Amino acid sequence: MNQFKAFILKEIYHILRDRKTLLVLLGMPIAQIVLFGFALSNEVKNTSIYFLNQSSEPLAQQLIAKVDQNKYFDVKGYIQDAAEAEVLLRSGKAKVVAIIPSDFAYALAHENETTIQLLTDGADPNTANIINTYFTLITQQFRNEHFGKINLPYQINTNVRMLYNPQLKGEYTFVPGVIAMVLMIICVLMTSVSIVKEKELGNMEMLLVSPTNPLIVIISKAVPYFVISLIIVTIILVMSVVLLHIPIRGSLWLLYFVSSIFILSALSLGLVISTITNSQQVAMLISLMGMMLPTIMFGGFMFPIENMPLPMQIISNIVPAKWFYYAINGIMIKGLGISSLYKEILILLGFCVLFITISFKKFNIRLS
Amino acid sequence: MSEQLSITASQLTKRFGDFYAVDHISFDVRKGEIFGFLGANGAGKTTAMRMLTGLSIPTSGTATVAGFDVYTQSEEIKKKIGYMSQKFSLYQDLKVAENIEFFGGIYGLSKSRLKEASEKLLHTLGFEHEAQAIVGSLPLGWKQKLAFSIAIMHEPAIVFLDEPTGGVDPITRRQFWNMIYEAADKGITIFVTTHYMDEAEYCNRVAIMVDGKIEALDQPKVLKQTFHAPNMEDVFYQLARKAKRSDG
Amino acid sequence: MNTLIYILKKEFRQIFRDPAILRMIFMMPALQLLVLPFAADYEIKNINVGIIDHDHSDYSRLLISKIEHSNYFELAAYSQSRAEGLKWVEDNKADILIEIPKNFEKTLIRENSATLALSANAVNGTKGNLGAAYALNVINEFNKNIRAEWLVLPRMNPEPIIQIDYINKFNKLSNYQHFMVPGILAILLTMVGGFLSALNIVKEKEIGTIEQLNVTPIKKYQFILGKLIPFWLMGFIILTIGLIVSYVVHGIVPGPNIGNLYLFTGIYVFAILGFGLLISNFTSTQQQAMMVAFFFMLIFILLSGLFTSIESMPAWAQTLAWTNPVTYMVDVMRKVLLKGAELIDIWPHIKTMIIFGILLNGLAIWTYRKQAL
Repeated sequence: MNQFKAFILKEIYHILRDRKTLLVLLGMPIAQIVLFGFALSNEVKNTSIYFLNQSSEPLAQQLIAKVDQNKYFDVKGYIQDAAEAEVLLRSGKAKVVAIIPSDFAYALAHENETTIQLLTDGADPNTANIINTYFTLITQQFRNEHFGKINLPYQINTNVRMLYNPQLKGEYTFVPGVIAMVLMIICVLMTSVSIVKEKELGNMEMLLVSPTNPLIVIISKAVPYFVISLIIVTIILVMSVVLLHIPIRGSLWLLYFVSSIFILSALSLGLVISTITNSQQVAMLISLMGMMLPTIMFGGFMFPIENMPLPMQIISNIVPAKWFYYAINGIMIKGLGISSLYKEILILLGFCVLFITISFKKFNIRLS
Repeated sequence: MSEQLSITASQLTKRFGDFYAVDHISFDVRKGEIFGFLGANGAGKTTAMRMLTGLSIPTSGTATVAGFDVYTQSEEIKKKIGYMSQKFSLYQDLKVAENIEFFGGIYGLSKSRLKEASEKLLHTLGFEHEAQAIVGSLPLGWKQKLAFSIAIMHEPAIVFLDEPTGGVDPITRRQFWNMIYEAADKGITIFVTTHYMDEAEYCNRVAIMVDGKIEALDQPKVLKQTFHAPNMEDVFYQLARKAKRSDG
Repeated sequence: MNTLIYILKKEFRQIFRDPAILRMIFMMPALQLLVLPFAADYEIKNINVGIIDHDHSDYSRLLISKIEHSNYFELAAYSQSRAEGLKWVEDNKADILIEIPKNFEKTLIRENSATLALSANAVNGTKGNLGAAYALNVINEFNKNIRAEWLVLPRMNPEPIIQIDYINKFNKLSNYQHFMVPGILAILLTMVGGFLSALNIVKEKEIGTIEQLNVTPIKKYQFILGKLIPFWLMGFIILTIGLIVSYVVHGIVPGPNIGNLYLFTGIYVFAILGFGLLISNFTSTQQQAMMVAFFFMLIFILLSGLFTSIESMPAWAQTLAWTNPVTYMVDVMRKVLLKGAELIDIWPHIKTMIIFGILLNGLAIWTYRKQAL
């Protein structure tokens, strides 16, 4: 037992001494939370719009004013002919150009119909769709204001309710993702590299020859990272609740429980990697390219899994982070309990068992 | 007179906070001499060498190498010296011939001189068939000899060797020292640090460092007489017993 | 000059003999350009709709069938219990719930209006918003059809209507991959230039060969150039491979202004290399270098406008974003590849990047010390 403690202490010293890496480990989740919480958003606001106003009627000006007042749009200027529109859109000065026909008010009054042409920067299809939708909404509002609300017969009204996130805040989906990513780095990357480094330096052999049980060596590497992981999870949660007002609607114990299982599975994954290679560079490569990248891509927190082609959706099932992300999301945002999440928890446990078994087997092979 | 002195040092000091890694050492090295710096690990040998080779700026004191001042003319010094460090520092992933070409090239050897020197080097070492071998695959002793040969290939005035014979068997060590002798015969000054006491016998003069200071400096045989010691090891023990800094 | 050539020879030999680097150079483009664009699809589609039908009338069935036939929606679940419906949303079986009240059809005909309830899973705000908008569209269409059934369509609209004619430019297929690939290519270049170069130098530090070089007459600038040039050239190679893959796999046609891209890339990689060099000056192990580089890469990538637009950021973040070199590369890449930008369109960015390059590399050279103080 004393041996165990001695090893753990040694590991802690190693970690604490590498200030730069420690800073990075702390800095990353903090930077991400600040960015995601305050800087990044999918919202479409202040879109630059230019008008080609071919009408001299005051009604057209009123429409333009209304668009400008709206927070979604920012009227940047006017153009005189359609060719300019292309230039503006291409240079990025305008995201959208609206062309108001010369008989705008007249046609509305006498033919009950007029058409505004909307040229939108379609490079990002989603944004384009949203811009088009918002513009349409504004013109409809304008129409209602000037011509009275449409009172059509057989009117179907729809009441819309946004569940879980009525203010449509973007932050909700990313916090568990930040947790997953940082844990992968700490548990997989750092653990595997730390073990492999000892191998590279030759210390591992020395330890194996000593009367120390090799298991102790391995586990003593994992323990400090386990603790650090939990600390960082706590920091992330505190920041999310305090700074971003993200709720934790479910049980905190459940949250930590699930996190611990995930941490264990990531640690054992790190162990597996350390048994495969003797070179730090390779360990880093495998951890980053082989583990982190798939976690980011298929974990479900950056890109929606349901949008992916089928083969990728299948791949996402073998990425532990995906299940973790779903569980944490459920606990935090939806307030789900164990009964709803038993499937995810079992799968994560399964990963744990799988990785631990593999790494032990490989380790024993090495010894014999 | 000063042209005959390859290295001069006076009150050379390297201080880190309160810690004196090198504590006001003074010595001279004559041209063509084999000068040894002995001491336990942590005594300050490597730090002293790093100051002389321009890898580290002294805190105080003066020193000249090949007539150039270590503070202001370090780039001139580098042109005149060769260096071989503890880790041998050849590129393990390059071939023998490629390492030769690279180091020869950056010391300014012309293409023809380089070719000549390269052939001579390979021939002397008996490495003609190994020219295309990757250095990492060579046995330790060969790497060491190769590193030394490359270090003197551009015919420097002085060559600095930092613990060059670590981890190598006695026979190879002997062969290595033969190479050193040949270089010294050609007029190259050899400045070598080591903690192998028997190698001290091979040097013309030896300085023994303890806790950053030079506790003794003279020919090995004179030191043995002075300390009534049968060998250099014993001389060292007598001096080192006072040491505060060592691994022991 | 000769010295530089010897150094370059050594660098190239080492790079091509290092299996780890080679693997990265080939795996990264492959992964990023072949896999990532298909994964990084934010388009809202395949929205799962759950219908709670209390009415069971012809109209409710018609509405359901209309939703089923819409391209955006998948009919995921059907039930008569609201509780069950909510459970679907909890379990992520349904993204949207539409509840049709009892006597919907009767109420609509007799009282001229009826109300539906729509709930959207808004954990992902955008998805909830757009999903609801699409659903409302379908319902409105359905509404029009009912009216047409009961009323004779007048020649003219009964009331004034403003129609909007949409034209989405630059992305004929409205293909999300088209949008993501240029950005991903920019990130790829950044990783090669920033990541790999930093690792390369630190490796020499770790092994000790750097000391050997510090003792030689090699000048600082020669050493640094020797490290930068191979990766700089590699940047062009990666760009070319990337463009070929983008064309073959994603159908992105380079267009006539592609020379502008190469011009900008040259300057950009030069700047990013300076950054990698800077990192290597302040780290002593490969592990550290990798962590620090990764940390900065992450922030740069998030702030670059790749995944979220710069316009949507608050003012302070926008300022920050424009001090980030990656933002410029992503922008130029998109402008040239998607919009066919000309030299004059990207000229301001070129000027800025030149400044970045001089700044970063100057800083790196200044902080590179052959001597330890």
